[in-house]
Amino acid sequence: MTLDDILTSLFPDGHGVRNDNGVLLGSATLRSGDSMLVLGVADRTALGVDEAIKLSGHVVKSIGRDSGAILVLVDSDSQRMSKRDELLGLNEFLAHLAKVLIHADMNGRPTIGLLYGHSAAGALLATGLATRVLIGLPGADPAVMDLPSMAKVTKLSMEALEEKARSTPVFAPGLSNLAQMGAVHMTWSHADPLADQLEALLADMPAARDGRDALGKARGGRLKAAEIAERVRDLALQAR
Amino acid sequence: MTAPLKDITPAERARSTSFYEASARTRLELLLDAGSLIEFIGPEQREVSPHLKIFDLPEQFDDGIVVGRGRLDGSPVFAAAQEGRFMGGAFGEVHGAKLTGLLRAARQIGSIPVLILFDTGGVRLQEANAGELAIAEIMRAVMEARSAGVKVIGLIGGRSGCYGGGGLIAGCCSALAVSEPGRIAVSGPEVIETNRGVEEFDSRDRALVWRTMGGKHRRLLGAADVFADDNVQDFREAALELLGLVGPFGLDALKAEQERLADRLRRFGACSDAVDIWTTEGIAHAETVPELPADQFIALADRIGRTSRDAR
Repeated sequence: MTLDDILTSLFPDGHGVRNDNGVLLGSATLRSGDSMLVLGVADRTALGVDEAIKLSGHVVKSIGRDSGAILVLVDSDSQRMSKRDELLGLNEFLAHLAKVLIHADMNGRPTIGLLYGHSAAGALLATGLATRVLIGLPGADPAVMDLPSMAKVTKLSMEALEEKARSTPVFAPGLSNLAQMGAVHMTWSHADPLADQLEALLADMPAARDGRDALGKARGGRLKAAEIAERVRDLALQAR
Repeated sequence: MTAPLKDITPAERARSTSFYEASARTRLELLLDAGSLIEFIGPEQREVSPHLKIFDLPEQFDDGIVVGRGRLDGSPVFAAAQEGRFMGGAFGEVHGAKLTGLLRAARQIGSIPVLILFDTGGVRLQEANAGELAIAEIMRAVMEARSAGVKVIGLIGGRSGCYGGGGLIAGCCSALAVSEPGRIAVSGPEVIETNRGVEEFDSRDRALVWRTMGGKHRRLLGAADVFADDNVQDFREAALELLGLVGPFGLDALKAEQERLADRLRRFGACSDAVDIWTTEGIAHAETVPELPADQFIALADRIGRTSRDAR
């Protein structure tokens, strides 16, 4: 599905989302009449300081002016890897984008990420992983790091890595592996209009509380995270 | 008889201990009030990573992070310290979950601040998906804690710097203190060079690495509000200073951060090197900044006066 197909299927009554060199900004009206702020990264564009400041600005301007949920569409590269971006403090720009999304979500503007293509590393942290609910579309191919680069870092052969990837979801790229970790809440189907699936989700949004560690445990992808976090929390509360 | 070693005060020991060289445990022991640290899930519990054995890699009984509670000048604090010498201080499932749990407790209590002693290369690649998600959970937990009134202070001066997702978590903190060797970035020098070529970034050019990602540049940009000399006592004093400076968090802070970062792009977006940025800031002989001793550098940074106070 192309981005245009996705937007048409999500918003059959039309939308005002523009693609400016891979940066998606706009809004759309749901069939219920409610409006939805839309932003995102398209065309596998790298997320650098120039892109991030536009995306965060779109959300900041909307807070207090609009109401309703916020949709973050993701088909990005990783963070932009360049001297200029790091010189200017890319970590602050990406963190700021994540912060405004988290703040909005905690203050009455529930956030939904829609991963429809690629994404990786810092770009995924600042977009889809900073939303309350991250949805995958079939065919999406997120990767924290691709296997050839991982082979270089871990000094293992591609064959050895591919063999290990079959038995454990914890490091291998792919939508289903991230879903098993609890990072991707659900995968939508192309068989039904995306508008139907979006409306069903909005009618039944999970609480704002971060439950991804429990989800990862229930799916068998992260067996320890929820328990360790809970134990440390309890010990810290007792130490008062 | 000469004075026995034990007559050295904790402050003197902390002053003479390099933060960069010290282990995570030594940093915490000397940063907090003497003997005050209570660790949660310490190494005796042997909560190791369940994933490293897939790669035949050695485990560490604390998975490379110490989390606990202690006192700073008599007041309670939560603290976490990453061990940069184990797997580059990288975030794995257990490592990350310990910090998440600490932040969730701080949020519930609301009044006890959190100190994070970063020392990390980012995500632990052998458990990349779990590590990436752990970082996302920590970012969310930091923002929820700050929204509940908790001050979250980042201290950056370790061997592994503060890279990858660690840089994003640092960006979520209420305030940062950084020393000269404490690099903050997303992509590391080797990663940029591997992906974009040596013409884009020569990772072996150490002077380039320091002036692009190092503590002095981050302090001059206003990304870090306090510059610490490389000893544990200076970081302790920096933490105390920042705890006194940090104001409440809310939408106004995010609006101010949007403006602060947009202004940075307008002023420095065309600069091709840190020296150009420092020159644009009006620093005479900007090329000498890397050689300035700490006291002279702090005076210069205070004169330039860029901070992220109430704008992060």
